[in-house]
Amino acid sequence: MNHFLIYPTLVPYYGASALWLAFFLTGRESYCRFGLFCLSLGFGCHSLYLIWRTLTLGMLPAAALGEALFLFAWALAAAFLFLSWRFPIKILGAMVAPLAALLVSASLILPIRPGTASPLLQSLWLAGHIILAILGNAALTLAGLGGAFYLIQERQLKKKKFGFFYRRLPSLDRLDALNFWCLNLGFPLLTAAIITGSLYAQYTLGNLWRWDPKEVLTLVAWLIYAVLLHERLAVGWRGRRAAWLAIFGLTALVVTFVGANLWFDSYHSFASFMKQP
Amino acid sequence: MNLVLVGVNHKTAPLELREKLGCLFPEPTAAYHRLKELTAIQEVLFYSTCNRVEILCVSDQADHAAQELRTFLSRHPHLPDTPGQPAINLNDSLYVWQDLEAVQHFFRVAASLDALVVGEPQILGQVKAAYRQAAEHRATGAILNRLLHKTFSVAKKVRTETGIGDHAVSVSYAAVNLGRKIFGAYTDKTVLLLGAGEMAELALEHLKGQGVGKIVVANRTLERGVKLAQRFHGEAISLQELEDQLLTADIILSSTGSPHYLLTQEQVRNAMRRRKQRPLFLIDIAVPRDLDPKINDLDNVYLYNIDDLQGVVELNWQKRRAAAVKAERLIQAEALKFMDWLATLAVFPTIIALKEKAARLSEAELKKTLAQLGNLTPQQRRALEVLLQSFTQKLLHDPIMFLKRHHHLAAQADRKRAHLELGLVRRLFNLDPETPT
Repeated sequence: MNHFLIYPTLVPYYGASALWLAFFLTGRESYCRFGLFCLSLGFGCHSLYLIWRTLTLGMLPAAALGEALFLFAWALAAAFLFLSWRFPIKILGAMVAPLAALLVSASLILPIRPGTASPLLQSLWLAGHIILAILGNAALTLAGLGGAFYLIQERQLKKKKFGFFYRRLPSLDRLDALNFWCLNLGFPLLTAAIITGSLYAQYTLGNLWRWDPKEVLTLVAWLIYAVLLHERLAVGWRGRRAAWLAIFGLTALVVTFVGANLWFDSYHSFASFMKQP
Repeated sequence: MNLVLVGVNHKTAPLELREKLGCLFPEPTAAYHRLKELTAIQEVLFYSTCNRVEILCVSDQADHAAQELRTFLSRHPHLPDTPGQPAINLNDSLYVWQDLEAVQHFFRVAASLDALVVGEPQILGQVKAAYRQAAEHRATGAILNRLLHKTFSVAKKVRTETGIGDHAVSVSYAAVNLGRKIFGAYTDKTVLLLGAGEMAELALEHLKGQGVGKIVVANRTLERGVKLAQRFHGEAISLQELEDQLLTADIILSSTGSPHYLLTQEQVRNAMRRRKQRPLFLIDIAVPRDLDPKINDLDNVYLYNIDDLQGVVELNWQKRRAAAVKAERLIQAEALKFMDWLATLAVFPTIIALKEKAARLSEAELKKTLAQLGNLTPQQRRALEVLLQSFTQKLLHDPIMFLKRHHHLAAQADRKRAHLELGLVRRLFNLDPETPT
């Protein structure tokens, strides 16, 4: 991957990371504002690059791990920017910006795709499946990060020992609301991704569900989130348990995203994307 | 130009003296009228709070001004002797600061480093109000205006960069801050007060200031509870209704004299289930304790007792003291910067006098020469004028640069020498012909 738009993406992402870390350390508002500006700039270039690449390839670039990470970094930035517009939790940027920067860097180091992708991947329907899945993953990643923050803050309040993070993290109420917000956003997206994927599989491969490792792991993650959503709405679960479930769910998603693509033999793996039918 | 600050504060003067000196300024118009009459003073500002009475002024005769202010303060009718009380010696209590020290002291006051409770922010508002008053009475000028604006920005810088006011140093305020980390905002939250102790009232006052939604008071004797509830526009209930109230309250503040626990873990556990795990913040400032400490083990419930809160306060004091050290350093640097500016101010009259003298001389010489030369074309006249102008400009360039740069540097190192040098330049060019050399 090499293109004139890569550096305009990467440099602002690193700049935003530095600014947000400075904000995290000093608590100065202006750093955070510039950080948001930097991130938006990087995101703009990121989007332009993705459009250009999609047009030249004739398909969404998601057939190799590097490409998938690159796409995921974009989705993460998108989800965060959307969130900062509707529900700003500034400190989250200190996690998201470096993560996006590192993911883009990783995608530059990882080998480019070894050959031409299977023509099965060149469908608009499948592009929808990928976009939905990756945006859902991004929103649920934010829920998981928020969960980690929640646990740190909750521990300090319970143990009555106030350390480095106490002043820097927002209130429990807000972190819990973030969990709920991201769940409301991510869960429908994940569900829609599973449905579109199944329908496409039915259409092209002849059956809805193949008990492929990626499908199974996604189902596990989906069930975790379904439980969380149900308990939140019906029983009023919140706080620590919700935060833990969001973290479990995120772990399942990471295993799905990385593991199923690399470790298991699956028709969802990057290796099989290169096979010609 | 010198800055002089005269005053007393809680460290140097007892309350009676501060009260009396404060009474000198009940009517700012009269006070400023009298202050402006003092001959040695060009600009003046005074402020009095419960911890200090201070006058800050700009003067070109610093010692004289200090003396005048001292007399002004001691002229208080009740000061020399109150019957039945020993005479208060003003001279022992009064401090006089000049220039750098005055600026530093003023910055320290505004940044709340000189306060009784270091870091409490009220003083800045009081200084701002005093400045507004002084400006209304046209008592301030270029120097004090600049000093005051600098002071406000320094105080703000201290606040944001050292975080000196970020940590609550009273028990009730610490509780309020903790709640903010649980709930975010207090609006639409319900406070339940158990018992009507003094500390509880104080905390309630703070919570009310945070815009808390609803207040409920439960007391053993309903009458007292009703009274307190009325004061805070709340609602009074009896202690028997406690369990029902557990379902709606978000913050419970307990300070009854009850010898046993009012709430057990089991009661709160049941309530939490019924209130769908909405968080509950419990503050127990009673001794012996009203709330079972095991309550804190429940999810989404946060229980703080008096020792927990005092621990927080003690910790915050340590942080505040550390912040104060940082703030002192910042203030020193800023005060030096201000004095630099003041020093450059001192050279401007000399520079202007130099330029004026040059202009005057060249104009006179030009007139003489033109009379001798007879008829000249306009171009020729213009050429002569330009010649003179550029010659004087070039001749004066070095002395002016010396004044601007060198004086500025010299003032940092040695103010007395800088003053002598300035005097030398004035004598060299004979800028003050009436003073004997």
